[in-house]
Order: sequence, then structure tokens, then C-alpha cells
Amino acid sequence: MRLKAPHGRAEVNVSNLRVDFPLYHGNARSLKKMVFHSVSGRMGADKNNRVVVQALRDVSFTLRSGERLGLVGSNGAGKTTLLRAVAGIYEPVGGQLRVTGTINALLDPNLGMNPDLTGRENIALRALYVGMPAAMIPELEQDVADFAELGDFLDLPVRIYSAGMLIRLGFGLATAFHPQVLLMDEWILAGDANFMVKAQARLENLVRGAEILVLSSHAPTVVMDWCTRVLWMDQGRIKADGPPEEVLPMYLGAPVKRGD
Amino acid sequence: MRARQVAAIRDVRDTAGLWRLCWTLAWLDIRLRYRGSMLGPFWLTLSTATMVVAMGLVYSVLFRMPLVDYMPFLALSLVLWAFLQSTVVEAGGAFTAAEGMIRAQRMPYMVHGVRVVLRNLLVFAHNIVVVVGIDVVLWIWPGVAVVLVLPGMAIWILDALAITLLLGPLCARFRDIPPIIGSVMQMAFFVSAVIWKPSQLKDHEWLLSFNPFYTILEVVRGPLAGTVPGWDVYVSATLYSTLLCAAAWMLFARVRGRLAFWL
Repeated sequence: MRLKAPHGRAEVNVSNLRVDFPLYHGNARSLKKMVFHSVSGRMGADKNNRVVVQALRDVSFTLRSGERLGLVGSNGAGKTTLLRAVAGIYEPVGGQLRVTGTINALLDPNLGMNPDLTGRENIALRALYVGMPAAMIPELEQDVADFAELGDFLDLPVRIYSAGMLIRLGFGLATAFHPQVLLMDEWILAGDANFMVKAQARLENLVRGAEILVLSSHAPTVVMDWCTRVLWMDQGRIKADGPPEEVLPMYLGAPVKRGD
Repeated sequence: MRARQVAAIRDVRDTAGLWRLCWTLAWLDIRLRYRGSMLGPFWLTLSTATMVVAMGLVYSVLFRMPLVDYMPFLALSLVLWAFLQSTVVEAGGAFTAAEGMIRAQRMPYMVHGVRVVLRNLLVFAHNIVVVVGIDVVLWIWPGVAVVLVLPGMAIWILDALAITLLLGPLCARFRDIPPIIGSVMQMAFFVSAVIWKPSQLKDHEWLLSFNPFYTILEVVRGPLAGTVPGWDVYVSATLYSTLLCAAAWMLFARVRGRLAFWL
């Protein structure tokens, strides 16, 4: 199902992107602390002493239609933050970020899913989230129901679903919208073998339909198979940028074989 | 600076485009709150009615007012105040309660504020039944002054949206603000002529026009009770509302981009 009308050619343009995470633990969240600091003229000091995690630094790249970008790096390297920034969830603290084209970000499998609503109601709710016209909802419902094979459970609350049913519904729903720019976090590739066989075709269809793919993954074979370009992220910076054949061996310290 | 204003205006515009989502979310909040209960949201109506009758019986004696006079006033005041109070209190949780949604998908932030306001309007619609019921039983008709409820409600809705954009981000950043809001609203309930009549203040009645809670309450309560609020009430309510809206907009435009990091 297409999201709105395509905006011509898709493009993602990121230059000198900087994202900082303020860490508000215990003290920094306290209003009292702020007030007392400002009264004693130490507000500036508080500001400087605040713990800030430099999540992304000097990240620049441009993706044109047809490019498939894989993000690799250790945990905490900034892959998910970068996906969130491109998705428009985190606004940059510095630098520029421009995305042309419709976006679908598969970041959280249970996005907006309400456990007390039935499967059918959750599908309708998601359609509203993405601003889909009411007339298209039955088509979406059919598409997701066919994939998730929930049968009569579709009209029961999601709360009582088994883990497998839940992931089928979440996956079916997330992959029902075909955007120009597709952002995927690795959860989408996690699941038992049975499910993956079924999911593969649907996912490949989605990826083929997208002009630009940004995929964050720990699995080198997936990146090798799907991506035309790899960004190796390390401590919020780009450590290497190039074709998978070059970057992946550097990242892993060993040659990578293509999967089949 | 300018870019922030543009982004905030775009946020409002995108929210308007998602009105069906806002409405559905608000309606689901109510439905899920009363899921599985027989009366559903009409529990609200029932509990308000009980409260009005119980308080009416006691306070009409305390204040030495005839019950037929005091009861309709109390019912109206309590129902209207309940809307103000719960909107202000829930405004603080507008963004923190929507953390999952905010971190998973790009969405205009005002959607969460509109959701809180609509949800409270729905509750209000269930409660107002009590007021209408008492007016019908006692055969009271407020008269033509009732048309003034329209500008009054316009002020209310604007203020309610403003308060979510003001308190929502503040409570997301400073987690000790919600209890403060709770106690301020409780204090305001007692000093703002909700359960007592302004005339009971005698010589000090003029002081009430400096109380924003009172004047903002009065722009809707007055017309519904059949009285035209004085000019001082309108001037004060407009002034306070303008200040509130200006403060809310400045804060919202300034911190909108940081909100996702605060949750």
C-alpha cells in the first residue's frame, strides 16, 4: 500500500549532523535543583556540568534513489539514533538533514499497538497514524489479516495473542505501507525460522519497492546481500563509508561471504 | 529562532490534518477506561450526580441557602470545574504518557495535546447531563444569556490547548511539577468561588476578578446560569488567556525539537 503520492525522486541528504543526548537522571530533572542553582548564580555551571552523550558527530552522507545503505557498528555506536534522526523523531542539534519522499520507519514492532484493542481495531488505528484515507482501511485490513493468519483472533484483544501471533501482526502491519524511503532496525529480521521464511518474501517486496533503504543490522550476511553501501559507525562518527565488499571485512577483521 | 516558529506552525497544521486520529485516540481513552463495565462512561455521570446531591445537601445548610437555589449552581460549578481541573492535571502528562508513540514515529507533537483536550471534552459531555437533568427537574431555563456560552467555550478550548503545550513539555523536563500542579488546582478550587457564590464575599467580591481561575470559570458558568458576566470578568479572562497562550506558544516553539530527548 503506497503512502500518499510519491514526491518525485527520493533523496536523503545529511551534512554535519550532530545529535546530543542530555542525560536527565535524578538530580538534573529536579526543579528544586534548577531553582536553587539559578538563585545562587550557578545555573551556567549546571548547564555545563550536565551529562551529555554525544550520540552523533559530523555525520555526512547523501543517498540517492536506488541506494541501499547498511549501518554497522557495535552497540551504542549511534545506528538507531541515526535512524531516528533520519525518521524525523530526533531533531538535529547541529547540521542539516533533508529527506525528500515518503518515509516508513520500522523501528518499534509494537508502535502504537494498544493491547486492549482487537487486532482489527489496531489496524484501523495504525491507518490513522499514517494519515491513510478511511476508504483504504478495508484493503489494509485484508492485506494484514492475510499475512498474519489470525483468523477469528482478529476480533479479539491483542492482549491475549500468543507471542507468535503478536509478532506476525506487528510485522504485517509495519510492512504494509510502501514508502519511498524505508528505514529498518534489526528487530525486523529477528524471529523464528518458520516465521522468517514467510516474512522474507513480504520484506523483499517492501525493500524492492523502496527507492532508498537504510538498514541497521548486526548480521554481516544480511548487509552483504541487501546493501550497496555500508556506513561503519563508531562512537557516533562515521568510521568508514563504502561498498560492502570493502567496509565489511574492515569492520569484521575477516572476509565476508555472500549468503544465498 | 524563525525556523523554530515555522516548525511549530507546521506542527499545528499537521495536527489539523490528523484530526481523525486525535478524535479516535481520545475516544479510545474513554472507552478503554470503562472497558467491561456495564454503564461505561455513564459511570462518570452517575458519580457526578451522587457528588452533587451529597455536597448540595450539606453545603446548602452550611451556607443557609435554599436547596432549589443552591443545587443547580453547585451542579454547574462542579461539572465545569471538573473539566478545568482534569484538563490541567492531564495536560502535564500529555507527552510523557505518549512516550512510546513519540519515540517510534514522527508525528506532530500537538496531536498529544489535542488528544487530552478532546478526551476531557468527552468526559465533560457525559457530566453536563447532570446539570441538564437538575435544570429540567427544577424547571430552570437560563434565558437568552446562554448564547454567551459560545465565546466562553472558545476561550476555554484555546486555553485548554495552550495549557497542554505549556505544562506538557514542562512536566516532561521536570518530573516534580505534576504534584505542584495538583496542589495548585486544589487550592484554586477553594478560593475561586466554585462551591460558594461570589456574593458571599460581600465587600471583597471585586478581588475575585484578579483570580484567573474564577474569571475563566465564570465566562462559561455565568451564561449557563443565566447571568451575563461583568466586563471585568471578560477583561480579566481575556488578559489571562492571552498571557497563557503567548507563554505556551513561546515555550512550545522553543522546546518542541528537544521533547523527544526528554522522554
